[in-house]
Amino acid sequence: MLRHITKPALSVGRAAVSTAAAPRTKYGGKTTVTLIPGDGVGPELAESVTTIFKEMAVPVEFEMIDLNREQLKDEGAFDYAIKSLKRNGVGLKGVINRSADFRHHNVEFRGNLDVYANVVRCMSFEGIKTHHTGIDLIAIRENTEGEYSCLEHESVPGVVESLKIITREKSMRIAKFAFDYAREHNRKKVTCIHKANIMKQSDGLFKACCKEVSEDYPMIKYEEQIVDNTCQQLVINPQQFDVMVMPNLYGNLVSNLAAGLVGGAGVVPSKSYGENIAVFEPGARHTWMEMKGMYVANPSAMVLSGAFMLKHLQLHEAGDVLIKAVNNVINKRSCLTIDLGGNASTHDMTNTILSEVDALS
Amino acid sequence: MFLGRAALRSSTRALHTVTLFPGDGIGPQISESVKNIFAAAEVPIQWEERQVYPILEPNGKTRIPEDAVESIFKNKIGLKGPMRTAIGKGHVSLNLTIRRTFGLYANVRPAKSVPGVITPYSAEGVDCVIMRENTEGEYSGIEHTVVPGVVQSVKLITREASRNVAEYAFQYAKDHGRKNIVALHKANIMKMSDGMFLEQCREVAAKYPEISYKEMYLDSACLKIVSDPSKFDVMVMPNLYGDIFSDLTAGLIGGLGLAPSGNMGKDGIAIYEAVHGTADDLVEQNKGNPTALLMSALMMLRHMGLKTHADKIEGAVLETLKERKFVTGDIGGTATNPEYAAEICRKIKG
Repeated sequence: MLRHITKPALSVGRAAVSTAAAPRTKYGGKTTVTLIPGDGVGPELAESVTTIFKEMAVPVEFEMIDLNREQLKDEGAFDYAIKSLKRNGVGLKGVINRSADFRHHNVEFRGNLDVYANVVRCMSFEGIKTHHTGIDLIAIRENTEGEYSCLEHESVPGVVESLKIITREKSMRIAKFAFDYAREHNRKKVTCIHKANIMKQSDGLFKACCKEVSEDYPMIKYEEQIVDNTCQQLVINPQQFDVMVMPNLYGNLVSNLAAGLVGGAGVVPSKSYGENIAVFEPGARHTWMEMKGMYVANPSAMVLSGAFMLKHLQLHEAGDVLIKAVNNVINKRSCLTIDLGGNASTHDMTNTILSEVDALS
Repeated sequence: MFLGRAALRSSTRALHTVTLFPGDGIGPQISESVKNIFAAAEVPIQWEERQVYPILEPNGKTRIPEDAVESIFKNKIGLKGPMRTAIGKGHVSLNLTIRRTFGLYANVRPAKSVPGVITPYSAEGVDCVIMRENTEGEYSGIEHTVVPGVVQSVKLITREASRNVAEYAFQYAKDHGRKNIVALHKANIMKMSDGMFLEQCREVAAKYPEISYKEMYLDSACLKIVSDPSKFDVMVMPNLYGDIFSDLTAGLIGGLGLAPSGNMGKDGIAIYEAVHGTADDLVEQNKGNPTALLMSALMMLRHMGLKTHADKIEGAVLETLKERKFVTGDIGGTATNPEYAAEICRKIKG
């Protein structure tokens, strides 16, 4: 039974969560945000953002929480990070590497804070040579349940059961988020990505919820597509996609695939929202451990995430200038890190972005 | 357990009997083309055709007709066209039922760039093989509503099934001269289930020191393969990932209309199939593309040791595709299914 007896009242006019938050409490004119650099190249990318923000004299104070695998051995460190984010309501984050012995922190993090909607916009860059052009899709991923419930057990030796949980509540919530987001950003179509032909009850529920919500948004076109076909379509004709809404795992795969199509993990930012919280981080979450400490990673994705964070904090001027600067640097090919075909360092990219900011101001 | 590549009766003069399930939609039409092309190439095969449809038993289980089952058990080798899977209806997917009936534990999906079918990836060239565990994982079909509005879906990973597909993957790589195997997984999230899968891959890898073995997160693989598919060789993974990823790789070479696949079962059973859908809208004008079914049939011939015939047919197919004079609508042409097949036959007869 997929429907409750009474359909929950969905107010079409008011968005489920405001992606345009009210300005946070300021102290001394500055807003405090949590910064979690994470593992691998994370600290180098975070450094790029802090450098740029400092040079631009952005009124943001970073509460830096150095949460890498070593820190996590002390459980207090993780809980402190959660408290900090709850308090500040806004954060910029890298990826915390999963350690064999400990809980899965990235997942718990999102679950604990209920940061349920991950939004990755993948837009083609003029200056990056890719197999496809003209892409502008938004992947909206339910980020707290599904396959990432982390509920596994070995029922008998050699047989492991892993549970995927789909609830009506969270499916309705992400669907409403997706449609509101589409409407707010003048997008024309929302596609629900699923595998309900095989997972009839779980993905069936997700799909039914999306369909139900779509009825409240008659001006937005609604479609459904099976995830394996979606992956095929993405490499044949990615231009057909507009807004896509999906459960956790498919969201992970689709956003990574789409990020790869437009230029990779180094250039795609993301935004994640909960009821009273927003977290900004690169769209394709990889630590790139092999290159840790080498300063070869492209900080653009992290810087763009930081810029979106500024806009979220209503610091639109700074945010817009930074977004424009990064896009210019990438499109004019002014600085090419390894992922873009050159051998510039993270520092080089940071400096080039700063020069461009200067030129634009 | 399973047998490796079956070394069947190698005499090309003896007639091999092979089961054929034409399937639904364009299935019967494209099967007809395959039969005609094989006849033109004088392939020593006789087809034993059987219809496959779901039979719902009183105990709620689904099975397929007895004569279809018997035919496969007898012949060991089969070719299958696309079959209809209803979304959301009460019964189990027919494809899944077939897999269970014959214990088809490993699904092999090669993806190789086709000359004449230009995709954005033709320049660097794609030549990879997906090995997908075919019996369990997310396709266990075990789901239930815990309380209204909360659904639990069980993903099952067993040591045995993981072992079977890993063994097959490494043996396949060895037999086909492939040098690298990468296991794709999400063991960072699904530590126990995907972890168990990886553990089996590692154990088998140790027995094949000549083959390089690596592991990669599935999302990383998605990110990387669309940037540079030439870096990918053989990949092994659990069920759902295999399903998704092999459609992705099919997309890289031009779509499901061109993608062949083979399913390995117990006791030397091997069923080759076109993985695309029934394309009901193309039936009336007989415009389906038989290439996927044909390529699958060629995989079958090679498995049977009939390499010469396979090469001859493949040459004619690739030539036809390259010329683009008689190709079907899905790859940009205007030919019907029989017109395309006729051209291939012409080239075979020379």
